[in-house]
Amino acid sequence: MAYSQQVIDHYENPRNVGSFDKGDASVGTGMVGAPACGDVMRLQIKVNPDTGVIEDARFKTYGCGSAIASSSLVTEWVKGKTLAQATELKNSQIADELALPPVKIHCSILAEDAIKAAVEDYRKKHA
Amino acid sequence: MSQTPHFPIYMDYGATTPVDPRVVDAMVPWLREHFGNPASRSHAWGWEAEQAVETAREQVAALIGADPREIVWTSGATESDNLAIKGAAQFYKGKGRHLITVRTEHKAVLDVMRELERQGFEVTYLEVQPDGLLDLEALRAAIRPDTILASVMLVNNEIGVIQDVQAIGRLCREKGVLLHVDAAQATGKVAIDLATLPVDLMSLASHKTYGPKGIGALYVRRKPRVRLEAQMHGGGHERGMRSGTLPTHQIVGMGEAFRIAREEMARDSEKARALHRRLVDGLKDIEEAYLNGHPTQRVPHNVNMSFNYVEGESLMMGIKGLAVSSGSACTSASLEPSYVLRALGRSDELAHSSLRITIGRFTTKQEIDYAIRAIRDNVARLRELSPLWEMHQDGIDLSTISWAAH
Repeated sequence: MAYSQQVIDHYENPRNVGSFDKGDASVGTGMVGAPACGDVMRLQIKVNPDTGVIEDARFKTYGCGSAIASSSLVTEWVKGKTLAQATELKNSQIADELALPPVKIHCSILAEDAIKAAVEDYRKKHA
Repeated sequence: MSQTPHFPIYMDYGATTPVDPRVVDAMVPWLREHFGNPASRSHAWGWEAEQAVETAREQVAALIGADPREIVWTSGATESDNLAIKGAAQFYKGKGRHLITVRTEHKAVLDVMRELERQGFEVTYLEVQPDGLLDLEALRAAIRPDTILASVMLVNNEIGVIQDVQAIGRLCREKGVLLHVDAAQATGKVAIDLATLPVDLMSLASHKTYGPKGIGALYVRRKPRVRLEAQMHGGGHERGMRSGTLPTHQIVGMGEAFRIAREEMARDSEKARALHRRLVDGLKDIEEAYLNGHPTQRVPHNVNMSFNYVEGESLMMGIKGLAVSSGSACTSASLEPSYVLRALGRSDELAHSSLRITIGRFTTKQEIDYAIRAIRDNVARLRELSPLWEMHQDGIDLSTISWAAH
């Protein structure tokens, strides 16, 4: 199967790889997937407590090239968005942007789940 | 320079081999002027084609120590497996309806067994040991009075281990059970002498041994005689066991490929052993890397390794100059990681993280060195991206985490 240029670009030059301190009050962490299924994504967001805007994001992903690209892409997309805006991102937008074939749609679903999990984690900390 | 590897580098000989140029040369005349039907008895076109087919039959028989009359042409190892197992099961079903095979067999055997189960046969699927080898005592315990056939492959296509077919065959003989052996991955790599090997049916492929695709053979023992119910009916070719006009050029190609394999097996194997050692030595000190399959009872042409915390398809994407394969689910349509690695008791994670590198006649030392560098660099790079690797570095036991399966 041939990879799209967008997937190759994110795979070869992944954006925002790394970690924030999970214990930091301004950080929300979402980890989704399972090693047994062949993909695990961890997405972290850093939120400005005054504005509720996501100022920075980091990811690490165990998974195929499309999974790595999906998570790399969403770190770019969530930056500058409010928590509410971030949770409105749809997997179909990710799949379209990366031109994912049908067998790789689950990678974009996982990335959408990762955003939701990270936002949920941040909100729980501030409930 | 000739020292520089050409890209991409082919290291997927277990999937198929390049056709040896000598084989191509031998085939071409049988596509051009010598186009006759080997079954035509009334003119020279037919006679010369029949002669070519019989010469190839002798060449194939010679590689495995068989009588040429024991060779039946098929379209490949999958058809040979179908003919052997279904043909014997249907012919001998009056004697019993129980069959035995192994979990790590090729799908061409496992799916045939599933089909026979639908037809009312009973099948026992034996587990293997963690090294991929069959425990003879497990086989002994599985044999019943109504067992008619066991099917065990000689060389495993994914992990390269060699089953002890000599001992397995002896046990089957003692118990009056027919033994079918899929030898698609073995020809030219392992010495086979059916004059002494107690095997009744053996599937052979051409394209794993530098011959063309679309042609294979089934060895059917004459003494003691093995009978089969035909699966393909028609003009009664191949003594009624497999009808269909014989593809002379394909058969000539397989014959030439097997002739070369017989002559060059010693040299090919010695070279493969040296390259295997070089490759394994270059990779084995990578942290959390695991060799799959028995370390010595194996063909040197296969290296199957799991690089924990790195997903197989992403690794293949990184080593893009190298054509290899992986047990990761992402590389197949099934969404299941390699059933062979799971049968060894490897975790799903390690199955997802596996790479199968298969080398052969045209692999060079320079290519091996390139592969080692590419794999090392990419494993290191992808681990920097891997949350699992980070957790492992932090001393977190991944098995203690409750993952949300999806």
